[in-house]
Amino acid sequence: MTEILALLILLSVVGAIVAVVTPNLVYSVISVGAVGFLLAIAFLLLSAPDIAVVQIGVESISLVLLLRATLGRETQQGATRPLVGVAFAVAVVAVIGLFGLQVFYEFPEFGLPAMARFADAPAATYLATGAEATGAPNIVTAVLLDFRGWDTLGEGTVLFCAVLGATAIMRRRARRKDDVSK
Amino acid sequence: MIYSLCLLLILVGLYGVVSSRQTLRIVISLIVVSHGVHLLLLLIGYRAGGTPPIQEAGQTAAAFAAGSVDPIPQALVLTSIVIGLGVLALMVALCVRLYERYGTFDVTEIRRLRG
Amino acid sequence: MYRNNRPGMGTIVQTVIRWLRGPILLFGLYIIMYGHEAPGGGFGGGVVIASAFILMTLAWGEPYTLEFFRRDTALTLACIGLLIFIGLAWAGTWAGSGVFFENLAAGLPGHEAHLFMTALEVGSGLFVAGALYLGFSVLMGHYDGAGREEEES
Repeated sequence: MTEILALLILLSVVGAIVAVVTPNLVYSVISVGAVGFLLAIAFLLLSAPDIAVVQIGVESISLVLLLRATLGRETQQGATRPLVGVAFAVAVVAVIGLFGLQVFYEFPEFGLPAMARFADAPAATYLATGAEATGAPNIVTAVLLDFRGWDTLGEGTVLFCAVLGATAIMRRRARRKDDVSK
Repeated sequence: MIYSLCLLLILVGLYGVVSSRQTLRIVISLIVVSHGVHLLLLLIGYRAGGTPPIQEAGQTAAAFAAGSVDPIPQALVLTSIVIGLGVLALMVALCVRLYERYGTFDVTEIRRLRG
Repeated sequence: MYRNNRPGMGTIVQTVIRWLRGPILLFGLYIIMYGHEAPGGGFGGGVVIASAFILMTLAWGEPYTLEFFRRDTALTLACIGLLIFIGLAWAGTWAGSGVFFENLAAGLPGHEAHLFMTALEVGSGLFVAGALYLGFSVLMGHYDGAGREEEES
């Protein structure tokens, strides 16, 4: 199973490289859609069915949004900034990657979550008492709405502000106080 | 190692953010970075051979807690994916307005045509 | 999305989506209502409901879908959903032991214990569906800021 997961992530990396490097924006949008759908399959393999449902829906909607912004507009300008250049960007990313790999060596091995190593982790408490304490056998819902309800409230706030911001940006004419006819 | 592949996905997106010439490509690279981060969070919470964190009808609490994957990263990634869509709408609105104002997606052209 | 200067897509697409939009909305409602014991919940169900309306926009164009579901209706629905969510969280402060987000129905036997969770899910599902549809429709059509759409010229 780990091999299938590694193959899926490798294909996602190939799709991401295509999305970043190809000069045509329409190809780039389609590649990032492919990355999203491959990751939805990877989420299913990681025993997260809620997240696979949400990822597929969100990926479809974001593909439509991006294509609407791309089609019918001039897109053939080339992929890389002439001042920054490929070599400088690769150097920056390589430095960050080296530091990142140092962090990744400290990780526990794959397949051993925190609640298996520490018996008093909060996740173990939520799993053991969640269904009776909240009345929801789906522990992810219990965590989202009862144990960590504040974070869901914050999510609502951020989504509301982002959508209102998009609405305000796309406004073509400001509202006037005496504008009652139209 | 699976974690290295996930880090590679984040780094590819980061390369795209640094070196993109079109504003929409910067948005696409940010999407790739957020996909990589969500995958990383779920990989950390995975238990080998684990079941989804949904308790069946006749299952005891101890057996369920010993065999299930971590539910907290899943809850956080769930809200993060939906927020990512809202922020994507905001970023695409910015890119579309920039295109209508300057006539191009190109960052070097926009920098030249000030005002 | 324009074909011979007419918004929307061909007849086959429109017929199929006219059949499918009801089941898709029903499926989204199912994901919301059964979020406490099956995979899903408020956010997944809200995304599916919003995608049903996005499918209608692709098939018939923006003006037709705006007659179904206007932008201020979407904003009102999102506000109502968020107010349900916050109101139920406040209710625990008055009626319970004073803790914010207290689960009022915990401990009740049988199906009553699910009611509080399901009400919270419905609130957040309404909010996500309304917000995502609003965010999508301002990017698709012509939005002149007065809440109504310009005439297609």
